Amino acid sequence: MSSPFPTRALRGLAGAAVLFALLEAVTRAHIVDPTYLPPASSVLATTATLLTDPGFLAQVGATLAAWAVGLLSAVAIGVPLGILLGSSARWYAASITAIEFVRPVPSVALIPLAILLLGQDLDMKAALVAFASLWPVLFNTIYGMHEVDPVARDTARAFGYGRLAVARMVALPSAAPFIYTGIRVAAAFALILAVATELIAGGSLGLGAWMARMSETGVDRRFLYAGIVVTGLLGLVINAAMVAAERRLFGWHHRVRAA
Amino acid sequence: MTARRVADRAALRLGLLAGLIVLWQVATTASPHVFFPPPSVILGRLWDGWLASPAAVSGHLLPSLARLLAGWLTAIAIGLAVGTGVGLSRRLAELVEPSAQFLRSIPPPALIPLFIVLLGIGDAMKIAMIAFGVVWPVFVNTIDGVRSVDPLQLDTARAYRIGRRDRLALIVLPSAAPRIFAGLRISLSVAVIVMVLSEMVATVNGVGYVLVNAQHAFRSVDVWATIVLLGVIGYSLNLGLGAIEARVLRWQGGAMRLGT
Amino acid sequence: MSEAASPPADRTPLLEVAGLRHRYGRHPAGRVAIDDVSFRVARGEFLAIVGPSGSGKTTLLRCVAGLVTPTSGSIRLDGHPVSDVPEKLAIVFQDYSRSLFPWLTVRANVEMPLRRLGLTRAGRTERIARALAEVGLAQTGALYPWQLSGGMQQRVAIARALAFEPALLLMDEPFGSVDAQTRADLQDMILEVWQRHGSTVLFVTHDIDEAVYLGDRVLVLSPPPARIAREIAIDLERPRDQIATREQRRFAELRAAVARLIHRPPPDAPTGRAG
Repeated sequence: MSSPFPTRALRGLAGAAVLFALLEAVTRAHIVDPTYLPPASSVLATTATLLTDPGFLAQVGATLAAWAVGLLSAVAIGVPLGILLGSSARWYAASITAIEFVRPVPSVALIPLAILLLGQDLDMKAALVAFASLWPVLFNTIYGMHEVDPVARDTARAFGYGRLAVARMVALPSAAPFIYTGIRVAAAFALILAVATELIAGGSLGLGAWMARMSETGVDRRFLYAGIVVTGLLGLVINAAMVAAERRLFGWHHRVRAA
Repeated sequence: MTARRVADRAALRLGLLAGLIVLWQVATTASPHVFFPPPSVILGRLWDGWLASPAAVSGHLLPSLARLLAGWLTAIAIGLAVGTGVGLSRRLAELVEPSAQFLRSIPPPALIPLFIVLLGIGDAMKIAMIAFGVVWPVFVNTIDGVRSVDPLQLDTARAYRIGRRDRLALIVLPSAAPRIFAGLRISLSVAVIVMVLSEMVATVNGVGYVLVNAQHAFRSVDVWATIVLLGVIGYSLNLGLGAIEARVLRWQGGAMRLGT
Repeated sequence: MSEAASPPADRTPLLEVAGLRHRYGRHPAGRVAIDDVSFRVARGEFLAIVGPSGSGKTTLLRCVAGLVTPTSGSIRLDGHPVSDVPEKLAIVFQDYSRSLFPWLTVRANVEMPLRRLGLTRAGRTERIARALAEVGLAQTGALYPWQLSGGMQQRVAIARALAFEPALLLMDEPFGSVDAQTRADLQDMILEVWQRHGSTVLFVTHDIDEAVYLGDRVLVLSPPPARIAREIAIDLERPRDQIATREQRRFAELRAAVARLIHRPPPDAPTGRAG
């Protein structure tokens, strides 16, 4: 249905080019004071410089570290818990109310609480990231378990396989794509929480903290904008990598579902 | 369903939650911890510090909600309009999507310093931030919904030469509505998150402001109470949206059965 | 009966298809669905097209409907060449659950194509009521499609076509998704409606019995690349009856002739010319 790749790529680039040209025109027109809104082209140049600066890259690394630790913790807790809750109606019924109670609380609101309880170091950041990432993983895992085709499961049971074996052979592979989607969503949340925590909790490490420093008066605004571009690129790369991996791991799933 | 089973079910569902709360109450009353106040105290503060306090409601709660609504509705309008246009035109979609992908990958907190620099610390900055965060899920899900209209229905519309406006209003949008609402639900959580975030940095009023203030002053009860308040807000908004969705999509329940 | 229905002096065919050819995809080596199909449909005629599965029957119908632009060949409806979807044409698909709009009531579904015809509200209401009554669904206007059975939903789709008062009614295996009893009822209903309106119907099916039972003529398509293997005139009396007509020996003969053509198409299938 979509155009062939070369056409699509060209169109995409054209669109990006138009956007850039617009930004350049607006920023060079000096509608806003150029110290606040520098030309887009110089922002891009600054971005390139930043990406080769080890001090800046250390900040990126710090954010990524918190992101990774938090996300992995969330997966380590959320997937097994989700499998348990998803495969047993009793456990699900017992826990769902408690979960639904905690769920509406926006994770960013917990940042101040975490600061109170845990101080302002990496552990706190990672814990917050883990907490925020836990819910998409948990819910998608439960949902994936509920979506397991009962006919497939019954067939395995009829062949004499025990509960655990059935879970391993039927439920898990069937739920895996959903679990993965949960991890993908959690990855995006994790990045948001990591940067938000750095921004609010202060401290000196991480992209959020760095950008807070870059927005102080007197600092060249180009760094701030460049930092935003890099953060966006980070999010883009993470998502793109996860989507590519998903296609590889679960291509069969999409084909089956589309059929 | 016998009364016994209903009671059983209810007990099971509430059991864990009730149990945890009771445990917490007992533990913190027995050995008080500065940062873990008993639930009774938290709920008490939720009442007299927030819900029953005109100063809090008019000074912080309502402004927050007003900004939330303003940003959310603006973003929905933009997201629906642009999303419909892009969803209907493959060419436009291919032009726009890569850039949109990048823009929506920027985590909202990264944009806060930028929005402050450009718009100051007033309402405009918060509404703009909320709108920017919310527009993407609406946009993406609208495109998805518009694109997944059943081709047979489009063929029927073509065969009968049904006019463009009718086609959009009576076929494309109703067909896309379920996915659009899914996007709206996501956008609501994003809106609450960005609302809180925007009020936690350089601001003068709002729920987020109270939260950060309480943390700075080590008033843990206030921190907990405000967190619970945010949970209540999020839950109520979701309930409201769910009610609207149920009304608009009331044909869906039956139609889903149609497909089997 | 048929004489009274067709307009007195107008003997020109309503539909003329000449040299129709369609290939999938832009690649020269793409699959050829239809290869050189030509036929004519007279006004007021009920023409059945039958062929094995995948024989391009649906593609043929879609070309006539203007939904698909054929690779080559010409289609003329009422003397005018068909390049896009022509006016006064209605189509009924097999999958009624997907061609009706689930968020509209039955009445709103039937009304949808009428909205651009410039009728008054009263005019539209009258047509809708009449069409629903004709298909036996007079009281269902306020219901939603999912509240009706499969057969009833297809009747709604047919009512929608009827209310539109098309010059040409195209039907793409419309009764393929319903059970046998409902199918028989729907067959008789469509015959009744056809005769009352004097419409022209092009009916595609894979069911040989159905084609012979319903049609004035049957066009048999060969497997793809589809050509017209043969054209068979159905000289059974009207009105047709599910039991009496099917009992006749002539029915069995015609049915067998069609079946033989489908299972063993003549080696060099001629490009059947309609008479």
